[in-house]
Amino acid sequence: MTTRDPGLIPSYLFSRDVIHEIQRAATEGIYDIRGGGAKRYLPHFDDLVFLGASMSRYPLEGYRERCDTNVTLGTRYAKKPIELKIPVTVAGMSFGALSAQAKEALGRGATAVGTSTTTGDGGMTPEERLSSKTLVYQLLPSRYGMNPDDLRKADAIEVVLGQGAKPGGGGMLLGQKINARVAGMRDLPPNIDQRSACRHPDWTGPDDLEIKIRELREITDWEKPIYIKVGASRTYYDTMLAVKAGADVIVVDGMQGGTAATQNVFIEHVGIPTLPAVRQAVEALTELDMHRKVQLIVSGGIRTGADVAKALAMGADAVSVGIAALIALGDNSPSLDEEYRKLGSAAGYYDDWHAGNDPAGITTQREDLAPRLDPVKGGRRLANYLRTLTMEAQIIARACGKSHVHNLEPEDLAALTVEAAAMAGVPLAGTSWVPGRY
Amino acid sequence: MSKEQVFDLTTHTVRDLNQALHGLNGATSGPDFKVLNAQGDHALAVGIDAPVKVEIDGHVGYYCAGMNKHANVTIHGNAGTGLAENIMSGVVRLKGNASQAAAATGRGGLVIIEGDASARCGISMKGVDIVVQGSVGHMSAFMAQRGRLVVCGNAGAALGDSLYEAEIYVRGTVADLGADCEAKEMTPEHLAALDELLKRAEMPYPASEFRRYGSARKLYHFNIDNADAY
Repeated sequence: MTTRDPGLIPSYLFSRDVIHEIQRAATEGIYDIRGGGAKRYLPHFDDLVFLGASMSRYPLEGYRERCDTNVTLGTRYAKKPIELKIPVTVAGMSFGALSAQAKEALGRGATAVGTSTTTGDGGMTPEERLSSKTLVYQLLPSRYGMNPDDLRKADAIEVVLGQGAKPGGGGMLLGQKINARVAGMRDLPPNIDQRSACRHPDWTGPDDLEIKIRELREITDWEKPIYIKVGASRTYYDTMLAVKAGADVIVVDGMQGGTAATQNVFIEHVGIPTLPAVRQAVEALTELDMHRKVQLIVSGGIRTGADVAKALAMGADAVSVGIAALIALGDNSPSLDEEYRKLGSAAGYYDDWHAGNDPAGITTQREDLAPRLDPVKGGRRLANYLRTLTMEAQIIARACGKSHVHNLEPEDLAALTVEAAAMAGVPLAGTSWVPGRY
Repeated sequence: MSKEQVFDLTTHTVRDLNQALHGLNGATSGPDFKVLNAQGDHALAVGIDAPVKVEIDGHVGYYCAGMNKHANVTIHGNAGTGLAENIMSGVVRLKGNASQAAAATGRGGLVIIEGDASARCGISMKGVDIVVQGSVGHMSAFMAQRGRLVVCGNAGAALGDSLYEAEIYVRGTVADLGADCEAKEMTPEHLAALDELLKRAEMPYPASEFRRYGSARKLYHFNIDNADAY
């Protein structure tokens, strides 16, 4: 518990954090850059609860009666849709932002549980392709490392329009992480501050995107599912336009979604939370009669099996984890607290992922730090975590009487706050009231 | 060399054409291809990975010869957005004019445009050589990382904005330079290399008539004193 001297009245408007930031900006002359997603309180899945089975519903027996978790992505146009054993995927994170060891660990963990990983702004590494059985290859505005050979090696292609941490913003990788290998993959001089483009270089708007997607399908002989990823902002319209542009899968990333390096002001003030974004995406898909035909992946603040279950109940087909996957690998481990403190942070708070000094060996390219992460052990931890998420989601689904996690539905949910009820479009608990609807 | 394969796009689909071309991917040789009645179709001859010769008659839509590897593609017409985008190697020659973002993000090979190119020619190029016999539109070579953009005519506004290590050569006028792009000395080495490139592109101009532009490298690291340029 914090204490203060009587008579010292803290300002809500100019809190100590705000004062600190003004002083820092005046000293350093640059905005604050950090990793992670929005830190401030936002309405989220925590504000929803499930209505477990009772008189009118009967539950399934935990651990005995089946509750399936498989998901198929890319059924609309792709000749070879992706089959995943669990509805939890690993979000796009670049080699460059992450060490090669971390990328390998993500691939190992995801493969062990039958799910996919995703490349990032920087291209596909051989280690990543080798370790990840199902790999989604991102087409980003920078096109760093983009080439037709890797397109063909990929299991799916994700056209990235934006991410939840910074809808409308481009990638950022500061010079201290641009070593010779990263620079080579990105065709950049080593050690420069890389600020990649925020718009794609060869198309503008949804009509162009439709043609761009057709090109990608032609290059890959219509085999690969094509995802479109958007940062949550005008999600209803973005989803409509993504369907129109020909997406097989739409990825919606809420503002709690992580980034390797972005301005704090961007992370905290641009975009909308995951909760309303899911509802808007599902509404758009339903209106177009495309729900479950074009699959929906949701990311941005997925931490627990409850989050997974709630996203699915709202209509998502799968979710993605990013920050949580890094934590599972060993990011912010209490065992590294002393080293985090030397960097001016502490275990549980460390988010200077852009700085390249991560003592966990995850968000770094330093040769003395990256080998600290054992890809085998890291992969095992991630697999443990992903299995736990899945089992937790199954527990909830069975409690609601569902034999597949996709059978969860909005009717199984109630909201604890008026805000969450309005954003998620489910009734306030104990009422039939959905603000704005009835 | 086996018989020329002809695809008349009034009777064949774009899929037919690309599938046939992809059937040769990885091969060391193949038949010549002739494409008739291109009709502005998109994504023609994309994703080729073989040293084949492709002749296209008619105007082409977006992304013609996209991500080309090894092939020699000639288009007898004009081209829509993203001609030879992300080209890896080989040669793409356009007899007419190109719309915007020609050779965007190209990583290798040679793209020759005998007419004019619109805005953002060579945007984010990563190693390709581009030779434009006419003029280029605004924001050409924006964020260009590697390779050479050669403009035998004039360049539009903001040439080479936010340039990395790509080289730009212009024979005519430049409306204005973008942020961090500056005129550079034309050394004997640059003259010789440019002469070789102009010959390869079959351009009738000596390198001595061109001026060179490159990155001032002032934006490579953030500096609050450069805030006006950001």
